[in-house]
Amino acid sequence: MGPMLDIKNLHVTVGEKEILKGLDLALPAGEVHAIMGPNGSGKSTLSYVIAGREGYEITKGQILFRGEDLAPMQPEERAAKGVFLAFQYPVEIPGVTNTTFLKEALNAIRRSRGESELDAMQFVKLLRRQTKELGIPDDMLKRSVNAGFSGGEKKRNEILQMAVLQPLLAVLDETDSGLDIDALKIVAAGVNRLRSPERSTLVITHYQRLLSYIEPDRVHVLAHGRIQRSGGKELAAELERTGYAEFKAVAAE
Amino acid sequence: MARQAISADQLLQGFDAGKGALPGRGLPWLANLRAQGRERFRTLGLPTAKLEAWRYTRLRPFEDTQFRPATEADGRINVDVIPALLKGAAARIVFINGLYRQELSNVAGLPAGVSIEPLAKALAAGSGWIADHLGRVAGETPQAFFALNTALMDSGVVVKIARGTSLDLPIEIVHVSGLTDRPIMYSPRNLILVEEGASATVLVHHVGLGAGAYFVNGATEVDVRDGGSLRHYTVEAESIDAINLATAHVRVGRDAHYEAFGLAVGGRLSRSEVSIRLAAPGASCKLNGAYLMRGAEHCDNTTVIEHLAPHTSSREVFKGVLDDESRAVFQGRIVVHKGAQKSDGHQLSKALLLSAGAEIDQKPELEIYTDDVKCSHGAAAGQLDAAQLFYLRSRGIPEALARNLLVQAFLAEAVEEVSDIGVREAMMDKVVHWLPAQCYLQEQWRGR
Repeated sequence: MGPMLDIKNLHVTVGEKEILKGLDLALPAGEVHAIMGPNGSGKSTLSYVIAGREGYEITKGQILFRGEDLAPMQPEERAAKGVFLAFQYPVEIPGVTNTTFLKEALNAIRRSRGESELDAMQFVKLLRRQTKELGIPDDMLKRSVNAGFSGGEKKRNEILQMAVLQPLLAVLDETDSGLDIDALKIVAAGVNRLRSPERSTLVITHYQRLLSYIEPDRVHVLAHGRIQRSGGKELAAELERTGYAEFKAVAAE
Repeated sequence: MARQAISADQLLQGFDAGKGALPGRGLPWLANLRAQGRERFRTLGLPTAKLEAWRYTRLRPFEDTQFRPATEADGRINVDVIPALLKGAAARIVFINGLYRQELSNVAGLPAGVSIEPLAKALAAGSGWIADHLGRVAGETPQAFFALNTALMDSGVVVKIARGTSLDLPIEIVHVSGLTDRPIMYSPRNLILVEEGASATVLVHHVGLGAGAYFVNGATEVDVRDGGSLRHYTVEAESIDAINLATAHVRVGRDAHYEAFGLAVGGRLSRSEVSIRLAAPGASCKLNGAYLMRGAEHCDNTTVIEHLAPHTSSREVFKGVLDDESRAVFQGRIVVHKGAQKSDGHQLSKALLLSAGAEIDQKPELEIYTDDVKCSHGAAAGQLDAAQLFYLRSRGIPEALARNLLVQAFLAEAVEEVSDIGVREAMMDKVVHWLPAQCYLQEQWRGR
């Protein structure tokens, strides 16, 4: 079997503008890869196009998830197959409680897999286990999804959703942004707990900081819509020292 | 114009033909009141768009449908299940096509001080207090349909909560309409008197059977005396071709409180015009509502709250969801009269448009004739938030369910204003039932 996520010569336009220009990436099962790059390099576009956001058009190439082309699938189908995106800016949904949201999501995914739905009791039990490990207070479950949450609470809530839905592929889009060191450790621990031979994680970040806690198997540098360089985890440390100047220069050529 | 004059006369034909059958015949004061209503209706004619209150609502249904007065036979039809909304109600009064159905109702065991009777029965029994109140709370009002109701009133209830009496459980009034050979019309008239220090909860539920046209021209008068409190809820779930026009006049006395919530989930034309007078210091009201419309349905909430005395307060929240080609109107006027200083009035109207063909006209108005008041109003219309939809779907929630969740969340904010928990749950159930069904989508989904 091929890689969990296999992106081949991916071209993506948003509006009229081409953002990804022939991106190649292979993420095997069981591995954690980091995508690093300067602002505006196409990192968030990559995360949205994997999750299936409207307005991100694949003009060339493909994204294969466990051998299946993601392009024709609705966002909910992708989620059901095991794709999860931790948003850079989690969305506030006033009037829908966190518990309802998580239960609807989990049961929708279970239904789509032909599994039975969890009843309220079973669900609460499962949820309690996860919130305890992530240090999430019960009060956060009763509140509306992300409404009035602090930056750190929002990111922790993303990790809670990930822990409940147990995806095969988790894409973390700048999950470290806006987090203090304690929150960062909690988030990283949540991600590390999900590491297993059958799961993969794509960590998208601007800074090396998060990668000290979530150790990647490979690091890729994304600039100008393509992977410019790939290497081991030491590449992250190198980028931290040298910055992205080298890759910005590529564009000027 | 000629066309409209004919329509007005047509509606009165019912009056002339069925005069003898209307309740309370033989009561001179009532005959007089009816005659006044008839004359007023003739003078006013059917409302046109020239009238501010009818600016955005046309009466086209009256041009293509002829209504005949409901007969006793219409009221005798068999109904298998009474669509009661509440599990626990202090009393239930059921009308079918305007006719009181005693065998389907239950008014036994009401505490002393609580009197609730169908209008026709109360008139026949000669309950004297009715003469002192009927038509008096509203006073002379230039509202054609209110006048028409006064002329033709043939249904509805009179409720009196005696001084100091407090009724905890709601009174449920059910109006079932439809399933007649030709389109009928009837005119429920409700009179609710809450005496000094008394309190009660009344839920009026209009529900349609079948898809045929009918016309319910309702009018309500409410008097909440000093220190009294009334929670007054309505649910309108009329048939797709039905017209429900409701005109209400409410007077709120010193330190008295009136809470209203109206939920409309259907009907070709569903219009509610409410006028509230906060008549004495300390009077307060909450006038809230929600509506869910689809197809070519039309909903109109036109409200006036008058602050006539100092230290009066009002709060008004209306929220609606419009799909397909449906339309809604919200016109809310708050008037703070001279001398009503230290008054407090807040109003909010929000609509969610689910399709490009849906339309809302919103007109919030504040008229303030005194200093030292706190007033605010706001109106907004928008669509479902694309970012919220994507977020929900990215977690595996199918699009249709995600939309439902967002619509429900939007309306919950209004329904939460209902302070009676049983009624609030019943209203939320109605909202959920209105939403597109999920099961077949889930089935389809599983098949992939």
